[in-house]
Amino acid sequence: MPEAPWRPTASLARLRERARLLADIRDFFGQAGVLEVETPVCSVHASTDPALDSLATRYTGPGAPDGRALYLHTSPEFAMKRLLAAGSGPIYQICKVFRDGERGRRHNPEFTLLEWYRPGFDPQRLMDEVAALIRAVTATDLPVERCSYKEIFQRTLGIDPHKAGGDELKSCAAAQGIAGAREAELDAAGWRDLLLTHRIEPDLGREGLTFVYDYPADQASLARVRDGDPALAERFELYLGGVEIANGFHELANAREQRDRFAQEQARRRSGGKAEAPMDRNLLAALEAGLPDCSGVALGVDRLLMWILGVDKIDEVLAFPLDRA
Amino acid sequence: MASYSTNEFKGGLKIMLDGDPCSIIENEFVKPGKGQAFNRVKIRNLKTGRVIERTFKSGDSVQAADVIEVNLQYLYNDGEFWCFMDTQTYEQYQADVNALGETAKWLKDQDICVVTLWNGSPLSVDPPNFVVLSITETDPGLKGDTSGGGGKPATLETGAVVRIPLFVQTGESIKVDTRTGQYVSRAKED
Repeated sequence: MPEAPWRPTASLARLRERARLLADIRDFFGQAGVLEVETPVCSVHASTDPALDSLATRYTGPGAPDGRALYLHTSPEFAMKRLLAAGSGPIYQICKVFRDGERGRRHNPEFTLLEWYRPGFDPQRLMDEVAALIRAVTATDLPVERCSYKEIFQRTLGIDPHKAGGDELKSCAAAQGIAGAREAELDAAGWRDLLLTHRIEPDLGREGLTFVYDYPADQASLARVRDGDPALAERFELYLGGVEIANGFHELANAREQRDRFAQEQARRRSGGKAEAPMDRNLLAALEAGLPDCSGVALGVDRLLMWILGVDKIDEVLAFPLDRA
Repeated sequence: MASYSTNEFKGGLKIMLDGDPCSIIENEFVKPGKGQAFNRVKIRNLKTGRVIERTFKSGDSVQAADVIEVNLQYLYNDGEFWCFMDTQTYEQYQADVNALGETAKWLKDQDICVVTLWNGSPLSVDPPNFVVLSITETDPGLKGDTSGGGGKPATLETGAVVRIPLFVQTGESIKVDTRTGQYVSRAKED
């Protein structure tokens, strides 16, 4: 019988690097005067994002004699916004988050996220801080590049992602030789994701840090949408070595708009054959009470560690990935 | 017909693609943090041997290919087909020149081959890794040369041509690695 796979997939040297990285991140925020917080991993509410699936568990006991479903958070965003609305000031959290269905070379269904919020910061100022953090923890002076979402599509593919419709995006994918593009059925956002992941991302962040900002409004997620032609989502992503490392927002603070987006996401979940997720009423109440104008960002700690160590499989920086969990 | 969802994809899985049976070589999960997930897959077309890349939307399904590998004994070639037999059931299979490809030049009757069957018909035939074949024709070597550096061509009983050391002569049997087409050693008499 083969030996049970009890050994860690990351070497002990790499696990020591992980510990050092976590300590350096805490040092950075300690010096910046940002408060470390903890929020529940398990919640009665879940993300409604159609691109995310929550893992679920069950609590039975005092207060729930018949048991009730609890969802493992996909990010600590909602709870942290409730702290911000309660007047916490700048906060950060390092925690495990959970996403069903995500496993691959760069994905593990549970992974470590660093998430922080800065009242009074606009996205550009938060990008400055993300760059400062990464330079500090990598002890490097990496150059920083900032490109709009439109620029990266135009320079690589020669199309305007805000004006191109589904058909044009599909033709572009086929012309780019992405096999399967002729058969796939996707909406415009799906086609943009296909082009981004297959033809643009691999070249991003090769020389240093590449921030991509101003996303299409239909990919706003929890970011504010700035009026204009086209309307743009005040969202940014950071790429390092061709890999998506962080995602940030100028946080949506309008309760009514947040409620509408929840409803739209539920509708997209239904039309995609997914169950509705129990939307977070506590977040809506917090937004009603007033979220300070702020920007926030979530950064994949495992992927940052992969870049620091020069490895390309997430398993090489995790003690026990899914197959050994 | 059975189908597989992208969550079942892994190396070696046999699927139908554009009407041809294929085998998955590599499966990569690609997903933006806030966006559509894809499976980016490397696939070998089992009919042509060509390796292609294909992207699927995660969650989509593809038809399974009824492809199995069996060990069959080579019996004879009737001029058009190569005939193989399952030594357990005595069932016979006929493979055409497309299924044989380069394998034909290594086959000697009674050899056991790995035959890939698609819907019950031979799709490809892999010869044993090592075969023992006799030399039907080669130039006489130079006297005194025992090192075999350089070598010379030799035609084998099946028609294959391999390079052999100078000291090996017509009529001898040699062991050949069919994966590389290279001479391994003289075959032991047994």
